[in-house]
Amino acid sequence: MTRRGVLAAALAAALATAAAAQGDGRLSGFAFMGPDTQAMQKDDTANPGMLWVAEGEALWSQPAGQSGRSCASCHGEAAQALPGVAARYPAIDDATGEAVTLDGRINLCRQRNQQAPPLALEGRDMLSLSAFVGHRSRGMPIDPPDDPRLAPVRERGEALYRLRQGQLNFSCANCHDDNAGGRLGAAPIPQAHPTGYPIYRLEWQAVGSLQRRLRNCLTGVRAEPFAYGAPELTALEAYLASRARGMELETPAVRP
Amino acid sequence: MRAPMLFIAASLAVVAAAHAGSGAPVPLRVVGDGIPEPLAGLAGDPARGRAIVVDRQRGLCLLCHTGPFPEQRFQGTLAPSLAGAGTRWTVAQLRLRVADSRAIDPATIMPSYHRADGLARVAKPFEGRPILDAQQVEDVIAFLATLQDKEGPKR
Ligand code: HEC
Ligand code: HEC
Repeated sequence: MTRRGVLAAALAAALATAAAAQGDGRLSGFAFMGPDTQAMQKDDTANPGMLWVAEGEALWSQPAGQSGRSCASCHGEAAQALPGVAARYPAIDDATGEAVTLDGRINLCRQRNQQAPPLALEGRDMLSLSAFVGHRSRGMPIDPPDDPRLAPVRERGEALYRLRQGQLNFSCANCHDDNAGGRLGAAPIPQAHPTGYPIYRLEWQAVGSLQRRLRNCLTGVRAEPFAYGAPELTALEAYLASRARGMELETPAVRP
Repeated sequence: MRAPMLFIAASLAVVAAAHAGSGAPVPLRVVGDGIPEPLAGLAGDPARGRAIVVDRQRGLCLLCHTGPFPEQRFQGTLAPSLAGAGTRWTVAQLRLRVADSRAIDPATIMPSYHRADGLARVAKPFEGRPILDAQQVEDVIAFLATLQDKEGPKR
């Protein structure tokens, strides 16, 4: 199929599934998947990511640290917890003035409010809690804060997005802006909208964060991947969120 | 089915080991829009070249290109077909296009296979090394030259 043909097919698939189409050419990664993977995401009993959501819901009410408090002690019962919050991250932490990701915020809460050690980034507990909090914003539009302190962070993210890097000398934009809808070998190239994170990825056979995804893309072009939690990854997340403003959150999405 | 990004990632260690013996790129002697002399005076082998072209960890060509490789599923759609490349281009032109496509168009997405400078943030195992060594480039060129198109040269 030609590149235009692939894009047309992806568009048609997206229109058929309503939720993924924005009417302005922006498409969720959902639109680039085959019907089986789409069906798996849409059916909660088939979506393996829901196991992480359930674990996160259990952790929500579990006391931790010297405070003996759980997330629920401050934020209320799981059923009412934090609607729309995941849709607004990365955001500025007022105490430090620095941008933090949702995972970073969860760890700040543990340290400051629960007097508990931070959770390992990409560990099972962190992924479960972020899947649970993300799921509480499912169906809501991505809504990055209008905070001027985020502007330089997004600019830094955009510069990284446009930087050609690695032995193969690719920028994110080379693939996701210039060649979205094309195929890199077997893989359809999506537009890089962070609509479904953390996701259940069939290739990983597990839930993983947006940062894991970005590190995979960097490793793929033989660039040095940024460490989990690095400010560069926060900056990329902030830029990606700004490009996806208004798109619907699908957490936990399924991706091939 | 596994996606190529995983192949690339999973093969990092293997590729790094394979590259451990090879060193920095040899100098490229560009004349006009080609490199007339074989790199380091080496002779290429078309059969080895074909194996490199279809190999998704070494040549990576089919991540972007299609070509006359009926046994290869999942060829890329980001670049022109390699069919007839040996008719469209001279050996010297092919050598420059593979070794250093950036020299022809700095904006191309096609990697410069035998250049290690002018790159940012290269992962440690690949630093200072070209994607293909001089022998591998010559093998690929020898293979591309066999991709003849019945209709004859178009340029
Ligand atoms: C060489 C091509 C290439 C480059 C360069 C690249 N990516 Fe990707 N990216 C892909 C492909 C292909 C996928 C789909 C996943 C797969 O099958 O591997 C993807 C997936 C993604 C996704 C997930 C989208 C979804 O729907 O879940 C995001 C986000 C993303 N990339 C961001 C980036 C960023 C940011 C960079 C630069 C730091 C980058 N990518 C560099 C090829 C690339
Ligand atoms: C990341 C993408 C990519 C990869 C990998 C890649 N190429 Fe290319 N190649 C291109 C693009 C795009 C063009 C079209 C010209 C341009 O934009 O520079 C091209 C052009 C060519 C041409 C000229 C084609 C013509 O007839 O006009 C040849 C020959 C070629 N490539 C060979 C190869 C070989 C051999 C390999 C692997 C060793 C390879 N390419 C790997 C993207 C790629």
